[in-house]
Amino acid sequence: MNASPRFATLAVMLAGSLALSACATKAPKQLPPDPGAGVGTNSSQGAMQGAAPGSQADFVAQMMGQDTIYFDTDKYNIDGADQAALQAQAAWLNRYPAKRITLEGHCDERGTREYNLALGERRANAAKNYLASLGVDPARITTVSYGKERPVALESTEEAWARNRRAVTVTID
Amino acid sequence: MTIRLRTFATLALLLAAPAAAQTASPPPATPPQSTEEGGLSGAVSDDSDWQNLGIAIPAFATNAEVPTQTSAGNTTALGFAMAGIITANLQNNGLFKPTGPTSLPRPALGQIQAPDYGTWSSRGAEMLVHGFVRAEAGGQITVGCYLYDVALQQNLAKAGWTVPPAEWRRAAHKCADMVYSRLSGENPFFDSRIAYIAETGPKDRRLKRLAIMDSDGANHRYLTTGQTIALTPRYSPDYKSILYLSYYNGNPRIFIYNLETSSQRLLLQSRDPLFAPRWSPDGKWVLYSVARAGNTDIYKMPAAGGDPVKLTDSPGIDIGGSFSPDGSRIVFESDRSGSQQVYIMNADGTGQKRISFFGGRAATPEWSPRGDQIAFTHIAGNFRIAVMDPGGANLRYLTDSWQDEAPTWAPNGRVIQFFRTARGSGKTGIWQVDLTGRNERKLETPVDGSDPAWGPLRP
Repeated sequence: MNASPRFATLAVMLAGSLALSACATKAPKQLPPDPGAGVGTNSSQGAMQGAAPGSQADFVAQMMGQDTIYFDTDKYNIDGADQAALQAQAAWLNRYPAKRITLEGHCDERGTREYNLALGERRANAAKNYLASLGVDPARITTVSYGKERPVALESTEEAWARNRRAVTVTID
Repeated sequence: MTIRLRTFATLALLLAAPAAAQTASPPPATPPQSTEEGGLSGAVSDDSDWQNLGIAIPAFATNAEVPTQTSAGNTTALGFAMAGIITANLQNNGLFKPTGPTSLPRPALGQIQAPDYGTWSSRGAEMLVHGFVRAEAGGQITVGCYLYDVALQQNLAKAGWTVPPAEWRRAAHKCADMVYSRLSGENPFFDSRIAYIAETGPKDRRLKRLAIMDSDGANHRYLTTGQTIALTPRYSPDYKSILYLSYYNGNPRIFIYNLETSSQRLLLQSRDPLFAPRWSPDGKWVLYSVARAGNTDIYKMPAAGGDPVKLTDSPGIDIGGSFSPDGSRIVFESDRSGSQQVYIMNADGTGQKRISFFGGRAATPEWSPRGDQIAFTHIAGNFRIAVMDPGGANLRYLTDSWQDEAPTWAPNGRVIQFFRTARGSGKTGIWQVDLTGRNERKLETPVDGSDPAWGPLRP
């Protein structure tokens, strides 16, 4: 059940390596017109020391990778590691009750396109429901599924697919 | 925009002096008749007998070399291009062995209706396609098309069309359709169009644009800029509009793109995500799927607007859907059993039952326009395109690659397109396979392509 790998360490390293060049970014709502050889929509990038409290950059820095939860193949249940991550998210959200969030549901590439859109929505909703059970007002939470359209891990391996089966919490600045 | 395709009862008229043709009153506009209906039904035959049916398709003749407004050039160049298009069409479905105009002598105008059988017989041709092009006053192009059996020294079929210069390729597709139908007994399909998603950019930031093209990839056009993710298009049966999914404003919703006005509108306002739009065969209904609190169900609504009808109500993901040709039933996908499987229901949502019992997962079902087969994606390790009959029996695989998905039927139910994703790079391409599974080829597109949606034979 707890087969989802955790990437907190990796995420912290990645965040650190990007800190020099990065401005705080989040996954764009729309694809840019001219994609270059850019980095992925990894939500952990761009974390900076001393980010403004209550900002998305602060959220990412504080979560240390726990802004993202991971799922098993074709599953959408919230396992123990997911619960811990969502509890950390809820604690932050309770400190900033005016903040709204978007929960992005994602899938790995080994599913058909339309089914993955529905599955990503189901994952985002599972995370939303768990946050609500922790006292976060569901009216603060919107969900969006990207199906398999926005991978963060680009290889076609079990490890990459595990990293792509995820729900990412993005706070709205 | 209405395309005028005139069929002439006799082509002799067309070969007469231009003045005579011009003074003749235009015959009523009727579609070119297909020479035979039906053909094969049920099981698909083995095509090996056809492999060596040699067809010679020399350049079309012309009465006068004059400039045209077509993209092909003057009438001589146009006649050459016509034969080239027909050759490519017939080459790509595994039934014939056509030889095109680049390696054949060009017949004189007088030989179009009186072939030099000796020449073609000595070249080993069993069938012969002849034709002519003529520029009309006002820019239109008249094309005549003849099919001959070389051994029998007999004309098997003939037809003619007058088309606007911008639509000149359609006359070639009509001629190819005539030859294909007459020789295979199948319904025509070349004169049709495809909507798809053009993809560019790196795997994590793919640009996905709505695009359309002819069945052979010509007349390619992008309809959206790529600023917004576009997915899963479907041509309306009358080719006037396209249903597709767009992330315009950040959330997945279904839009109707009007091809006559180049404008688009939301299918319906919704607080919830909408996926998987589909037309009914008569264009009067739209199927779509709604995710509400994580649970996805299928609805239908009148295409002109009106109250939605909820068709499924399972706690799982019910998504997609494809009408039977008579509109009475819908095949769709559901994971209510625990994994994606194919189900059938009546068009009012009653009588839902699972039909796929093959192990693995079964997804993206599409009902053949002929009604006898359902194409789908079978997932058991690799993703493969497969067909079964509507009762769920007689599974047959058509492809075997790492990831093939989302089949779409040619208008005659004889050929299937799908998209193939490369392991690692994530690059996609549109591929085509016939029902024997033997004749598989990649469709050339300007950039990567996915989600092909084949429209019907053009009106």
